[in-house]
Amino acid sequence: MSEEVRNNTDFENKPLCLSGRGVTKIFGFGDKKTVAVDHVDFDFHEGEFVSIVGESGSGKTTLSKMLLGLSNQTEGQILFQGKPRDISSGRKKKEYWKGIQAIFQDPFSSFNTFQKVDNVLLDCINMRGGKSLSKKEKFDMMTEACNFVNLKFAELTNKYPFELSGGQMQRLMIARIFLLKPKILLADEPTSMVDACSRATILDMLLNLRDETGMTVIFITHDIGLAYYISDTVYIMEHGKFVEYGKADEVILQPKAAYTKRLISDVPKIHEEWDLSTVDQLSEN
Amino acid sequence: MGKAMLEVRNLKTKYVTRFHEDVYAVDGVSFTIEEGKSLGIAGESGCGKSTLALSMMGYYFPPLHYISGDIIIDGKNISGMKPDDVRKTILGSEIAYIPQAAMNALNPTQKIIRFIEDVIRAHDPKKDKKEIREIAAARFKELGLPPETLDKHAVELSGGMKQRTVIAVSTILNPKVLIADEPSSALDVTSQKMVIKMMKELMEKGYIKSMLFITHELPLLYNVTDDIMVMYAGQIVEKGTAQEMVFDPVHPYAHGLMDSILVPEEGTRGQKLGAIPGAPPNLKKPPDGCRFAERCKYACADCRYTAIPEKPFGDGRMYRCLKDVDELKEVYANE
Repeated sequence: MSEEVRNNTDFENKPLCLSGRGVTKIFGFGDKKTVAVDHVDFDFHEGEFVSIVGESGSGKTTLSKMLLGLSNQTEGQILFQGKPRDISSGRKKKEYWKGIQAIFQDPFSSFNTFQKVDNVLLDCINMRGGKSLSKKEKFDMMTEACNFVNLKFAELTNKYPFELSGGQMQRLMIARIFLLKPKILLADEPTSMVDACSRATILDMLLNLRDETGMTVIFITHDIGLAYYISDTVYIMEHGKFVEYGKADEVILQPKAAYTKRLISDVPKIHEEWDLSTVDQLSEN
Repeated sequence: MGKAMLEVRNLKTKYVTRFHEDVYAVDGVSFTIEEGKSLGIAGESGCGKSTLALSMMGYYFPPLHYISGDIIIDGKNISGMKPDDVRKTILGSEIAYIPQAAMNALNPTQKIIRFIEDVIRAHDPKKDKKEIREIAAARFKELGLPPETLDKHAVELSGGMKQRTVIAVSTILNPKVLIADEPSSALDVTSQKMVIKMMKELMEKGYIKSMLFITHELPLLYNVTDDIMVMYAGQIVEKGTAQEMVFDPVHPYAHGLMDSILVPEEGTRGQKLGAIPGAPPNLKKPPDGCRFAERCKYACADCRYTAIPEKPFGDGRMYRCLKDVDELKEVYANE
């Protein structure tokens, strides 16, 4: 998708992929009750690149776990492709996971240490119903997936994931997603453990992946600069609530909520002066 | 030109692996920090930033070994000193260090005041406890930390607060050089801002004479330090003022690095990010020629075989590339 299209696509007319109404997660009870996610509503459309931005402890990861079906919401409803999501049994969960996949923050703990890279990719093909394909076809698919993320499949065969660097592992994770072709990809801080140059490569790959497969990408991050660069829609989260959401340009360049303004002013910038004086008010609070 | 607070001359250090292989992590690094100035080091993971910091403190415990070079702090050469002597005479009073995981550096069973007593008494064993408390309370008050913190344990403090406490404790003896190794990368943006403000205050009030700031976050470096140098595979590839380095980088690696900056400002959404494909060379057998040649899109055959010296240019700037400055700038302009 070209840059112009990226900025102007109106996702509101596209079909809904994942939406939530009054989604809440409460940990503990009585006096020790913690409301981690507090009655949030959201609509993620097909092909949309959504970022959820917030500081540590704002409830981003709890929300992502609920979206992935790894934990149940205390209240509210999550709708997958317009229908209420059902993850009541293991079988149903597996069915749901065909539609949603994730990339996590730490690539080093995302892979099975005992499984070779070929098997990691082979599993993905089998999961997509490619069990009956010939060896040659499977090999071609794996090579294509590796080419997509600039890895050489011939160099990876017979290697274990821990023999790769962090950036390579994260790219292998994207190759997995490329083979699985889920409807939704949830990326939980996928670039926070890699350096700036690998970060640019991974971001470009995620954008290509979205353009090629038309999947919805939910990108969870604390870096507002990153969210602005990559996403179509930005949701700002504070204390378990969405304080502001909208198109990336509107939210970042004309923020309305006080929290968003503070978050943007706290990030060091290049062309604007970084105002350190606001810190005094913060420390008094 | 101000007085040189920290001078490093052709420093070389290595790691020795358990298979007795040498890994040349810092390979011929030279730079100077003048009084009242701060220098930032940028570079990708594994390029030797943190090893350089440890080497400068004389922290030579296996597997890290010193090979050659000089480290001169305010006219005093500390290279070749035993780690124990360095700890007793240099650390804390001449040079202070804030490690990457400073938040975990505080012993959870002790009160904050004990750490300060430890630091001060390591250099002046006869100092009275009451006197130490007075010094500590005054410094904490001045830096905007509540003096009650002194009687708290580390677990009672938040992440940002712990980090600021560590900085206050490590600079209590007014060191000449402060080395901060990613002091804010584990914090959220608001706490990061508080930490940075505190470090700037320490500089302005003259408690620390100079600062070396290591991070891979370039916008942060641009806002904090006067000069920036970019490291790649154990060597410095370019050095200049923060302004020059961010807006007018010369070396292809520095250029790629600066292109990957992401800030929430108008215009960044449309830009193409500079991604550098490939991986850094294996430092067990560093290449003969330019270390970046394998990943450089402007590299020629000569780059791979010719050892490249540091080349000075402009007003006190330096870069390490076979090509001329004008040639490189022309290439970037035509892209």
